Amino acid sequence: MIKAILIFNNHGKPRLSKFYEHYSEDTEQQIIRETFHLVSKRDENVCNFLEGGMLIGGSENKLIYRHYATLYFVFCVDSSESELGILGLIQVFVETLDKCFENVCELDLIFHVDKVHNILAEMVMGGMVLETNMNEIITQVDAQNKMEKSEAGIAGAPARAVSAVKNMNLPEMPRNINIGDISIKVPNLPSFK
Amino acid sequence: MSDVVEKTLSALPSLLSLDSQAGAGKLSPSSKLGNLIKGITELTSKHEEEKLIKKELESIKEQVASPNTTMRQMKEIMVRAIYCEMLGYQASFSYIHAIKLAQQGSVLEKRVGYLAVSLFLNETDEFLLLLVNTVLKDLQSTNLIEVCMALTVVSQMFPKDMIPAILPVVEEKLTHPKEIIRRKAVLALYKFYLIAPNQVQHIHSKFRKALCDKDPGVMTASLHIYLQLIKENPESYKDLTGSMVTILRQVVGGKLPLDFNYHSVPAPWLQIQLLRILAYLGKEDQGTSEMMYDVLEESLRRAEMNHNITYAILFECVKTIYTVHPKSQLLEKAAECIGNFVLSPKINLKYLGLKALTYVVQQDANLALPHQMTIIECLDHSDVIIKRETLELLFRITNAQNVTVIVEKMLEFLRLTCDDYSTIDLVGKVAELAEKYAPDNVWFIQTMNSVFSLGGDVMQPDIPNNFLRLLAEGVDNVEDRQLRLFAVDSYVSLLQGVTAKLPQRFLQVISWVLGEYSYLREEESDPGSVMRLLARLLDQRHTSTETRSWVLGAMTKLCSSPVSVALARDVCERYSGSLNTVLRQKAQELMILSQDTKLRARVLPAEGRLESLEVDSSLSFLDGYVSEALAAGAAPYKSPHQRQEDLVQEKALSLEPYGLSLPVSLSSCSITDRLTDRRSPTLLSMSSGLSGNSTELSHQEGSTTLKLEGVKRVWGKDGYLAQQQSAGETPTPLVELPNPLLSPQSPPSQTQKPSSGLEPDQEKRQLASSLFVGLGSHNSVCLMGRAETAPRHFRRKPRGESSSGASEGSSNSSHSSRSAAVDNLLLSNLLDSTTVASEGGAATTTTPQQTSQRTLDHTTSNGNPHVEGTEQRVEAGGPLSLIRGNGMVAVVPPTHTQTDPQTQQDLHPAPALERPRDLPLASHLPAELSGLARSEFTPLCSDQDSSLALSACRVYKEDALVLLVFISNNNDSALHQMVLQLTCKELEISCISGSPLKEVKGHSVSVCLHTVVMKRASVQVELAGLLSYQRPLGQPQAAQFSLSLSLKHFLRPLTVSTGDYGKMWLSFSHDLKQNLRLVTTEHQEPLTATLDALKGKLHLHVVDIIGSEGIVACRLLQGPGQGQPCLLHCRVNADSLAVWLRSPVPELPDSLLYHCQKALTET
Repeated sequence: MIKAILIFNNHGKPRLSKFYEHYSEDTEQQIIRETFHLVSKRDENVCNFLEGGMLIGGSENKLIYRHYATLYFVFCVDSSESELGILGLIQVFVETLDKCFENVCELDLIFHVDKVHNILAEMVMGGMVLETNMNEIITQVDAQNKMEKSEAGIAGAPARAVSAVKNMNLPEMPRNINIGDISIKVPNLPSFK
Repeated sequence: MSDVVEKTLSALPSLLSLDSQAGAGKLSPSSKLGNLIKGITELTSKHEEEKLIKKELESIKEQVASPNTTMRQMKEIMVRAIYCEMLGYQASFSYIHAIKLAQQGSVLEKRVGYLAVSLFLNETDEFLLLLVNTVLKDLQSTNLIEVCMALTVVSQMFPKDMIPAILPVVEEKLTHPKEIIRRKAVLALYKFYLIAPNQVQHIHSKFRKALCDKDPGVMTASLHIYLQLIKENPESYKDLTGSMVTILRQVVGGKLPLDFNYHSVPAPWLQIQLLRILAYLGKEDQGTSEMMYDVLEESLRRAEMNHNITYAILFECVKTIYTVHPKSQLLEKAAECIGNFVLSPKINLKYLGLKALTYVVQQDANLALPHQMTIIECLDHSDVIIKRETLELLFRITNAQNVTVIVEKMLEFLRLTCDDYSTIDLVGKVAELAEKYAPDNVWFIQTMNSVFSLGGDVMQPDIPNNFLRLLAEGVDNVEDRQLRLFAVDSYVSLLQGVTAKLPQRFLQVISWVLGEYSYLREEESDPGSVMRLLARLLDQRHTSTETRSWVLGAMTKLCSSPVSVALARDVCERYSGSLNTVLRQKAQELMILSQDTKLRARVLPAEGRLESLEVDSSLSFLDGYVSEALAAGAAPYKSPHQRQEDLVQEKALSLEPYGLSLPVSLSSCSITDRLTDRRSPTLLSMSSGLSGNSTELSHQEGSTTLKLEGVKRVWGKDGYLAQQQSAGETPTPLVELPNPLLSPQSPPSQTQKPSSGLEPDQEKRQLASSLFVGLGSHNSVCLMGRAETAPRHFRRKPRGESSSGASEGSSNSSHSSRSAAVDNLLLSNLLDSTTVASEGGAATTTTPQQTSQRTLDHTTSNGNPHVEGTEQRVEAGGPLSLIRGNGMVAVVPPTHTQTDPQTQQDLHPAPALERPRDLPLASHLPAELSGLARSEFTPLCSDQDSSLALSACRVYKEDALVLLVFISNNNDSALHQMVLQLTCKELEISCISGSPLKEVKGHSVSVCLHTVVMKRASVQVELAGLLSYQRPLGQPQAAQFSLSLSLKHFLRPLTVSTGDYGKMWLSFSHDLKQNLRLVTTEHQEPLTATLDALKGKLHLHVVDIIGSEGIVACRLLQGPGQGQPCLLHCRVNADSLAVWLRSPVPELPDSLLYHCQKALTET
């Protein structure tokens, strides 16, 4: 299970924090600080896994992180998650952000905390990986964005900080959750009582 | 990708400045978030930020309170509040508004509301109750997005108690036409399962449907549930193996639509999940494992090395292959794979390779051999994590020969590291290795000194305790004396140096050892020197109070010479006025004992201190005191384990007897204090008297048998023996080679290199040969007699065993586990002998290694059993069969057939439903109980040689549950001083057998009767029992057992009229509703059939059935003539049974419902 997802910048300023387990307010802040402390002192050419944060780490949990330019993406997971799998997931997350915000940057995360959270919610739900397919995630987020537009109207569209050059219209993704032609057969199941 | 980000981010500052000038239009004044963030980025200090946020929060507070704020404004405010919270500033006033926004806002605003709620609140928050209705409404909404939002928030956090309210709706979503909804519903249900497994018992069949869902996404989601379920209980899901294998085969074969591909790998995360499930299913199960070999092989083959994600699959695949029942062909491939990982230049893969190696060397240490050089390189790697992982790997392959090198490496790392986590972890490992494999006294003491000084005060408290126990234990032979003397000498020289840097823990250890064993060096130095050193410690400022009390204790033992007495008086004067009571008491003791030589000699005899101390481990002499205290309202005793947990929670470290502030140790006279102190400054555990015994035994055993630990490590589990041995023989062992450079493991290119690169290389290779010595070549070294270099003294069993003795149920637990290891070994020998000739000498064509192997086997199998047997006799005091020692029959089932025919004479007519197996015991049922309904006989535990067997049986009396414990003595000698104790927090247990039995004659059975009543309703309780007894000529022994009792054993029908039922119904306050499954049979109405099933299984009383409704009543036993009623109202509702439970006690409906669900699923 994923215990927490943290994003902070090179100076340790939190940009997103999402905890899937309950910690007290103070502990959460401590975890962010400790995680930053652990992650930031690591070189670029070392492995992306970390064990041993005392708060969230412990012996059961590990930190898996990636560093993109000014931002650290850190996932705190327990032993039931695959290290490389999570690393791939971070990549998917960042790529998705990049698509949704068209060249994502730190400011996007700051000004659209709610949107980032919504994208994340489509990927990870209650600490479990829900969706790993970028197109699918974007389709879901898109559907919500469309709703936003129709509701808010053009005039009331929220101002964006870095938006002058950016195109708000996200590419229409063919919504292809085709079900019919997939035939995973699950034989030998006892009849449902 | 990251390039792109980088580019954007590098352009960031210019964009920001753009905002502040021309971009003002974009950051409209209404965008307060923009202003806030801009404000924050301009700040320079934390203090300023605090001020700004405070101001911001004030303004937010004002706005949310204003009635004119629209929902849209509220949404914007919430985003700002989220931002402040993320920075760590509480905005608790906004929580209620977040809920309001989720309740009343339009879809968009609702989304922000939900987001804020899920970020602000947690499961225990009372605010959440306000959200339940909103969630329920949204779940039933026709707008898909609203449903999705509700499901997301539900899976993030939902109050446990409110789950029943929304469960049916969420369940319904499993059949929703949209796959995304079904998928989210599955995950929400999984979350419910995690927080309240009882509540979703009945929908397990729906999980199966989700697994077969036509959409792969839903199926993937359901695997989360199955991974958890199978992890908890693999046995019940073996039937799914076929399905999982099929799914994996289809995924691997690319049958999924391309949508699911990630970097052209089909659904990698799904594959990982499936491989994990297969690992759980196939663990230690040959049949199941065989089903998956093919698909595992295919996964290995298909996952070509090209992208990170395929490595993830490979890694998982390797782990699975090594977890399931082994197949040599697959193991080879997996080993090759691990090799690729370890050798990979990518650091992440190297890390995983080391992890995988660490995992597999536990089964076969030889697997590490081919990677020696890589491992050595990793030891010097720049990445700390890699280093630590390497040490972990080395820890697993440590044996008596490479221990010094490995420990040196670990200490080296410890000296450099500064984080507590690795320190605690590594210090524990070093201590463990030092105890297990120390080659000599000097090394051992020096290593432990480093452990104490490096571990400081963060290390686990059991390290010093174990160390001191090890020093104190053992016979007083020359070797032990040497060890102690060496310890004393090294501590004296340490104290003569600078002591300011030594951790408190270490000082405590030092003072104890000096106090105890200084007399060993007395002759060669002036008597007061140690005293003076200790006094110096007292004077130092950094010495903690706790340490001071240890020092005072040591001084008390030392003050024999006039010089010391004078010193002691000095110290006493200073500390008898101390504010700390413990210190004051210690000072008083010191004062009195230093002046009265006679008393001191009696209380603290100089030599032979350990031997004849009888410890009443149950502290029975205090029983009266305890019961008085309890009656007077004192808090009940907490076990050391519990106390330690509490301590850990408080983050306090303390486990010292001197500082132990138990009222007893403080108030009792110094003699008792002395007593506890003498045993070594550990807490007196229940088994302390006995474990001391068993260690001694193992010492003796060690002297006559071969060293078992090392052997076992190399061989691994018996099942792998043949394959592993052959693997172990292929690489030529390094130690046999005079020149390490010629080792065949070294790649040819390196040996041909010019000598310039040779120097460091050679160093490394030497290191390798010292690190990996004894892995492949262990046996041949044994033959040369080098394996026996380690003194027996340190051959302690792994630390866990003595404490786990309790669960093993017999007093000589550590001994039995040892003999189990022998059995294991012998069994493997038997297996082995099928592949080679049965006589060791007969094999003429084998390599010397194999011969040595075989000779080893034979010494073990010939020499050992005899020793074993005699030891057992000494320990148990009764005649024992040698069967077990021979390793021919590993388990002797408890038999009850030997019961005395005389006792069978007075049998009562046995109830008809009895099974033949029960017969002998059934005859011992007391007459007054023989006619009543009762359970089968459950064997509780039996002695090693089944000379004593315990069984239990429940008799369901109308007003009580009677628990019978049968003690069958199958031995000639009688059992004496029997005391049977049953304990359970949740139960009230009273003995009704009249006079408590004291004695069981040879070959007879005794029965103890107890009535048991539940104090509070709970689904299931665990009853712990302890039978202590003594055989003539033997030592006191104890047998432990546990028994689980479920709520249904305590339920009785409650006969009431329909009218009374109605009245009671109205008066009960606690209720619970749930839908249950209907039982359908051919010849009965579903309702009647269901109620009959419940009645039969749970002893309920069906009051009335009217149409499609039925009312049922029962009571939970609670002392004679009392009982807690619980009423059930059942109504058939389509194809399910709506049950409404009511009771005056809160816990009862919940637990009863669980049993109803279980009873109905079982039918």
